[in-house]
Order: sequence, then structure tokens, then C-alpha cells
Amino acid sequence: MSGTVKINDFVVKFANINGSGSASANALFARSIIRMGVPATPRNIFPSNIQGLPTWYEVRVSEAGHLGARDGVDLMVAMNPQTWDRDVASILPGGYLFYDNTRFVPEEKFRPDITVIGVPLTSMCNERYSDARLRQLFRNIIYVGALSALLDIDASVVEQLLSEQFHAKEQLIAPNLEAFYLGRKWAIENLDCPIGLRVRRATTVGERIMIDGNTAAGLGAVYGGATVCAWYPITPSTSLAESFTRYCNRLRIDPATGKNRFAIVQTEDELASIGMVIGGAWNGARSFTATSGPGISLMQEFLGLAYFAEIPAVIFDVQRAGPSTGMPTRTQQCDLISAAYASHGDTKHVLLFPADAHECFEMGAQAFDLADRLQTPVFVMLDLDIGMNERLTSPFDWDDSRRMDRGKVMTAEELEAGRDFGRYLDVDGDGIPWRTYPGTHPTRGSYFTRGTSRDEYARYTEAGRPYQRNMERLLRKWETAKSYVPAPIRRDAAKPARYGAIYFGSTADAMDEAAGILAERGMALDLLRVRALPFADSVMDFIDGHEKVFVVEQNRDGQLRSLLINEGDIDPKRLIRVLHYDGTPITAQMIVGAISAAFAPAPARELAQAAE
Amino acid sequence: MTYLAKPTLHHPDLPTNTLGYTRRDYEGAVSTLCAGCGHDSISAAIVRACFELDLPPHRIAKLSGIGCSSKTPTYFLGNSHGFNSVHGRMPSVLTGANLANRDLIYLGVSGDGDSASIGIGQFAHAMRRGVNMVYIVENNGVYGLTKGQFSATADRGAKSKRGVVNIDSPIDMVGMALELGATFVARSFSGDKAQLVPLIKAALTHKGAAFIDCISPCVSFNNHLGSTKSFDYVREHNAAVNKLDYVAGQKEITVDYAPGKVELVTQHDGSVLRLRKLAGEYDVTDRIAAMEYLAGHYAKGEVVTGLLYVSLDSPDLHDYLNTVEKPLNTLDDSELCPGAAALQRINAALR
Ligand SMILES: Cc1ncc(C[n+]2csc(CCOP(=O)(O)OP(=O)(O)O)c2C)c(N)n1
Ligand code: SF4
Ligand SMILES: [Mg+2]
Repeated sequence: MSGTVKINDFVVKFANINGSGSASANALFARSIIRMGVPATPRNIFPSNIQGLPTWYEVRVSEAGHLGARDGVDLMVAMNPQTWDRDVASILPGGYLFYDNTRFVPEEKFRPDITVIGVPLTSMCNERYSDARLRQLFRNIIYVGALSALLDIDASVVEQLLSEQFHAKEQLIAPNLEAFYLGRKWAIENLDCPIGLRVRRATTVGERIMIDGNTAAGLGAVYGGATVCAWYPITPSTSLAESFTRYCNRLRIDPATGKNRFAIVQTEDELASIGMVIGGAWNGARSFTATSGPGISLMQEFLGLAYFAEIPAVIFDVQRAGPSTGMPTRTQQCDLISAAYASHGDTKHVLLFPADAHECFEMGAQAFDLADRLQTPVFVMLDLDIGMNERLTSPFDWDDSRRMDRGKVMTAEELEAGRDFGRYLDVDGDGIPWRTYPGTHPTRGSYFTRGTSRDEYARYTEAGRPYQRNMERLLRKWETAKSYVPAPIRRDAAKPARYGAIYFGSTADAMDEAAGILAERGMALDLLRVRALPFADSVMDFIDGHEKVFVVEQNRDGQLRSLLINEGDIDPKRLIRVLHYDGTPITAQMIVGAISAAFAPAPARELAQAAE
Repeated sequence: MTYLAKPTLHHPDLPTNTLGYTRRDYEGAVSTLCAGCGHDSISAAIVRACFELDLPPHRIAKLSGIGCSSKTPTYFLGNSHGFNSVHGRMPSVLTGANLANRDLIYLGVSGDGDSASIGIGQFAHAMRRGVNMVYIVENNGVYGLTKGQFSATADRGAKSKRGVVNIDSPIDMVGMALELGATFVARSFSGDKAQLVPLIKAALTHKGAAFIDCISPCVSFNNHLGSTKSFDYVREHNAAVNKLDYVAGQKEITVDYAPGKVELVTQHDGSVLRLRKLAGEYDVTDRIAAMEYLAGHYAKGEVVTGLLYVSLDSPDLHDYLNTVEKPLNTLDDSELCPGAAALQRINAALR
């Protein structure tokens, strides 16, 4: 059977076994395509396990630049017998199956509508290597070599990548190259190369860099001036704290003394993490933690204190499906409500929604300015999909004239000059009071920090009026926050559209692609990507300006939709749920399907039903 | 109701310390605890210790959890920043504050419920990290603020005011602090100012995690017959290992005790702890011996008080983390932000 022909637009999926060393070989494969100038987007699909269970690595190649996940597989690299059946089943008709044919696989295990490519990887390895570990590692490189021939990937880019990867361990370059060419030569000599799926040099990658959101956010925290990091390991947030640590060790050591301009504590639990963040931030150091949903649950009491005590804490929440040991390695956007209203009592928190690694960096830095300016906890809401997968993103930039905005901090000189200090006094009318760092002045500016039982001058009182005044001031501060947080980004259809779509975070890539497809099919939408809570007034204007608005998100209960309804007093009927929540990243196909169904004029649908 | 600070008019004859402050400058708002509560005596001892040590009040940060004991920071050091955090979690807030500014003195005040019940985890981890702080547990064996339930330090068999008998084995915070690596461990009694004030002074000048378990009877819920944290019980069963005098750094040491019975311990800042030994060969620098001694006397029903252990010149959390001398909260953009050029290099490596 002759296979599908697709140039620079296909999906390759690797089915591997956890712990078999496939990760770096697969990454080499993805990077080689990018080096040819063709955007490729890898995604790891992995279990909560260290060794032995199935993992997948999916690479979407898209010259058009679609970075979202796509349904269906064009080429399956089936290296895991445990998942063979479903892997083979996931190949699109006309697609390709690449497998190790060292051992016999019975006829009925294949499909007639796909092209089967067998390479004797294991026997090649056994012949060449005697060491068991080397056999396993180089088997992966050998398949990259074979794939390079099959997909017409330039050997020179792989050579270049290997020499960069091992520049510090040069002795490893030659054996890797040898394994790569072992696979490549075998394929050229024994198979019809290339197959219908091909990589052709292009220029759509441009200046972009390849990085995952967690690494970018950790770097953002370095640029944002964070000095205290307290964290407790949890997938998918761990690599964020690790990134901060790595970049601090590179960029934040005092050259004169060799000492650290940062303090990182791996705590005993998330309660201690947020406690330390609150203590550090109270005392004037930019402090943050990185966690995921279960950690947010544990932090609830402290988050309320931070809200009422007006502490500039920064929390990176890399979201995953719940609950604690539910689907810890699957992605979702499911902590919006628990973060937005975290804790008891009336609370509302500032949330930021980065959509890609570039924004993870930007918001990772900006969160600290916002927290200091607004004197309140700020959550940066990543998720597993953008946090843990490397993705092409525009390069980072930084303006060297930018300075940290430490917000309203009264100095010893101002206190000495007799400036009135009331910790909870709204002198500027924006709801944001002034604060002092402990130890500022011998006799002025000290105050006692507690929840709410105090007046504007931080004097203890349990009276109702001061309590209420304080609560109202906090609402004024919430209003003020609207003008400080990142504004939503609106993109209107070419012609006036009746319907709009609101989305955020990691849904953006799939939504962009879906909007293109929908427009081609005559269902053009106006788009609004929200980037923060509180919502700017323009978000509500957008909803007002459309008959109906689709709210596209990755959770079961429509959490962004609920926030919109609640914060904007929106009639729920006007917001249509488009929800994806099986733990895989949302796809454009899914969005197109859901929105097209709702687009279909109601009478027509009834007619169709009647005809059945 | 609103509580007001005490009037600050000073009596002209009040003695001042070398900073020119009177004792009143170290006081706080009027206490709202029950009259006779042990916790108020501890507050008074803190005031005296800070006054006598000539500490600038604003250079101290006082942090607490929740409970009657945790309310006390309002009643001392009115010119210090204070933080009444959440129940059982003061240690983490204090640790974070300490990371932010290593130059201040951190005073953590907690209760036995706050530290031994809900907060045992944070207590333990702050000790093992070696956070430079003074950590005082005002230990009355009950939850005062929620009206007299047993806490985790209540002795098995102790009887509550309502006649309930505690069936759980007690946690000895001093034993735990020793085990976990606190470098200054003491126990005292709120009714014994002569012992408590020098202990607090010594703890305040100690570098590292200094822990004081201070038995502090709750006159409302745990001062009756059958209680093992009452004034009478503690007085009867107190087995002090030493009486401490604190001598600040540069001052001359006058020896007025019989040689052989006095042990001098010099701390890293030059201050000298002069221990009048009461219990024979008790050696305050021997951690293992201290643990054995405690256990032996506990079995005899005795409450061992005094300075139980001190380790000199031990590193603190900042030493372990190798942080810069300058407080982290004072570092500016040039010290923290690597800048655009470094970012361009990072970009280049990611292509
Ligand atoms: C999370 C939480 N649970 C329960 C309480 C109620 N509570 C307040 S104080 C306290 C016990 C305090 O006991 P202790 O620390 O011994 O202080 P004391 O009043 O005896 O000085 C409790 C249980 C609370 N404030 N927070
Ligand atoms: S209830 Fe007990 S602990 Fe609380 S103030 Fe009264 S005497 Fe003190
Ligand atoms: Mg108590």
C-alpha cells in the first residue's frame, strides 16, 4: 500500500518504555527538524512512574507553525510491545508504522491500510555492542538514524546537534555518530527512502528558541529579582524550582565572595513553603514557591492570611489533573477556582495566565512587580502542557533600564521626616496602603501584622466598622489591580462576527489553529485571550459585544466561565462551554468540532434529525 | 473593643540602658490575658532581657502562631515589627523572614498546642535547619485559648479541670530540640525570673536555633490539683541543673562563686554564660549526656530546668545556604538582574 504524502505537516509518535533512555534520542529527532527551519512541537506523555511503564513522545511537524496538539498519528515508532495494539490503532489510514522486526510479529498484529517499516534494531545493536546498557541507549540513536533517512532529514544537522550536545564530553560524539549512521545507512540500503512523510528545509522557525515553560518561568523569577524560593517537589512544577536553582547558580553568585544572592529551601511540605514565602515577602525579599494543585490545597489557610495581611507572595501553580494521586502527569487547567478564591473568608487573588514559554518568562518576572505593587499574592498559572514540554517560542528580551517596582514602601527618611504611617490606611485612594520593612526606623513605622482584627493604623480591634472598611478597601485594591495586570489580547475576525471565543493559557495554540479552520469554513470568530484575573473591563465589553461567546478551556466545570459569570455578572446562557478534560492537551480538531456543532443553525439540526 | 498602647510618658527617674531607652520602651500594649497567667511573666522577662542587653527594639522581629501564648507579642516590644501568623506555622514564617534579612533578631513565640500539637512538623524542621532565632514555647500543657483541652505536652494521667484524664504519652519539646540539632536548649519556668531572664539573654545572643521550653501555668485551665503544669507542681518537682548569669561581651567577669562550681561558657559574640552548677558534673556542651540526664530525671517525675545544652560556633541556616552577608532584602537590580546581554546568550543556547 502506498502511504500518505505529507511534506512538513505530520505527526510522529514514539511509543517507549519509561527509563529506557529514549528521551534524549527523541529530543534529538525533534530538534533536527527544527534545525531544518521547520517548526516541530514535541509533547511528552508519561506516567507517574520512574521505570518500566509506557511513555510516548509526540512530535507535530508543522511548517504552518501550529504548535497545538493534533489528533491522529502519521508515523508511529512502536518501541513498546505493551502498548502495541493501541499504538497501531492510533495510526491514521495511509500512515506508517516503524518497528523493530528482530522478533517476529504475527501478521494479524498489523493493519492493511498502513505502510509497515521493519528495522532489526535489536539485532543490529547486539551485533555491534556487547554491553547491555549501551545496547539499549544506542538502539534509540539507531532509530533516529533510520528515521532521518526515511523522512529525508539532513544528516548534517544531526551531526551538528550531537557535537553541540556533547561539547563538554567530546568522547561521546563519535560513538553517537556511529550509532546514528548505523541506522541511517541500514535504512538507505534496505528501505525505500524517503517515505511519503518528508521534512523539507523551510524558514518558518526564524529567531525562535526552544524551551519549556517551567524553565522559562524559573529564569523569569531570576530576572524578576526573586531571592527566596521555598518549594516542595511535585510534578509538574519541580522543574521550575530546579530551573531557578540552576540559573541562580549561574547568574546570581557574588563574584567577589562566591556567596549566593539567593536562598532556596526545599521544605518539608507546601505549608512550610508558603509560610516561608510569606515570611520572606513580609520582610521585603521577593519570595516565591512553585507547586501544583495538591500544594495549592494545602496552602489554603496561609493564602488567606497573605491576602488579608497584604503580603506580596508569588505562587507558580503548574496545573495537573486532580486529585493528589489521580493523574499527576496529565495536563489540565483545573485550579482556577481554587486559586482565585483560595482560603476561607472573602478572598480574591490575582492570577496570571501565560500562554507559552515566552510569557512564562515575562510573567514570571512581572509577577514580582505586581505582587509588590498590589501587596497581595500573585499566582502564575501554568500547566503541565506548557510547563513541561519544550516548545518554540519567541526569544526572551529584557530592557536594561527596567527597575524592580517595589511598590509603596516607606523609608526610614520618610518616617523620620514625620510622614504619617498607617499600615492599612488608603492614602492614595487606590486601595493600596503603604508598608514598612521590619527594622526600618527605631521608633516609627513598626506595626503588628495580623489578619483583620485591626484598624487603619494596625491597632488591635475586633470592631465591625473598621473590619468592613478594610474589606471595602481590599475591593478598591482589586479594582486598581485591573489596570496593572496584563491586558487581554483581542483578535477580531476579518468581518464583524456574531460569536466570540474566550480562552487562556495553554489552550492558545490549539485555539489559534481552530479559529483559522473555522474561518475557512465560514464560522469566523472574534477571539479574546484573557491573561489575568481580575478581568479588565474590556473582557466584559467583549462579551457584551457578541451574541454568544464560547469559553474554551481544559477542565470539566468551566472554571474560567464561572469566574467570568461571577466577576462580571454575566448571564450564564451567553457563555457556551467548550471543554476538554481527558488529561491530554486540547486539540484544534476538538475545538472545531465543538464550535461547529453549536454554530449549526438550530432549525437545520432539527431537520437533519427528522430526516434520519 | 480596641486595645490601646500604654501611655508612653516616662517617669524621669526610670533607668536607661546604653541606647538611652528605658524599660518602658521595650513594653507593648496592655496585656489582655487572664490575671496571673504565666505567659505575662514570660513577656516581662523578654522585656527585661532586651532592655538589659541594650538591643535596639526595632532590630527585633517577633513572630507567633495562634493561642494565648501567641498573642503575647502584642504585649512586649511595641517598637518591633510583629507577625501573628497561623496556628502551628510560625516556624516557617520566621524562617522565611530570617532568609530575607539575616541582620535582624528573630524571636518566635509559641504555645505547646501551637508547637507540639498542630505545629510539631514545622517546629522540628526549623530546629534541624538551624534557623538563627530564639524560639520560646510557653508551655501550659493545654490549649488556653480554646478553653482547656489537653495539648501534646500534657503528661499521661494528668487530669484536666473538668476531670478528664489525658491518655496520650507526652511530647518533650526539649528532648526533641536536642535530638533535632538545636544548638541552644533550655527549660525554665515562668515563675522563676532569676533563671528565665538570663536564659533569654543568652538565647538572644546565641547564633543558631535557640529553644526555650518555658513551663507557664494556665491559671484558668491548668493550675489545679492533678495538673503537672501548675505552679505548685512545677515548684515541687523542679530539678535545676544550673543557675545562669549572663555577662555581655566586653564586660569584665567577676568571679564570686567557689571555683569548681562555676562553669564559664563563651558564646561566639564574646558574651559569657556563667553557670552555677547545681547538678554535680552536668556538662552543658554534651548533647548525648543531656538527653540521658533528661530521660533519667523524667522517669523520677522531675522537671529538669536550666541551660541544658549549648553548642558554640555552630553554623546557622545562612551558613549552610552560603548566602551573601548583605541581607537579601537590600539587594538591588544590579545585584539581582543578570541583564539583557546574559539573556541574549541564553537565547542563543536555546536555538
Ligand atoms: C487551623 C486552626 N485550628 C484551630 C484553631 C483554634 N485554636 C486557637 S488557639 C488553639 C490552641 C492554642 O494552644 P496553645 O498553643 O497551647 O496556646 P495557649 O493558648 O495554651 O497559650 C486552637 C486549637 C485555630 N486558630 N486554627
Ligand atoms: S486561658 Fe490560660 S493561657 Fe490563656 S490567658 Fe488565661 S491563663 Fe493564660
Ligand atoms: Mg498551651
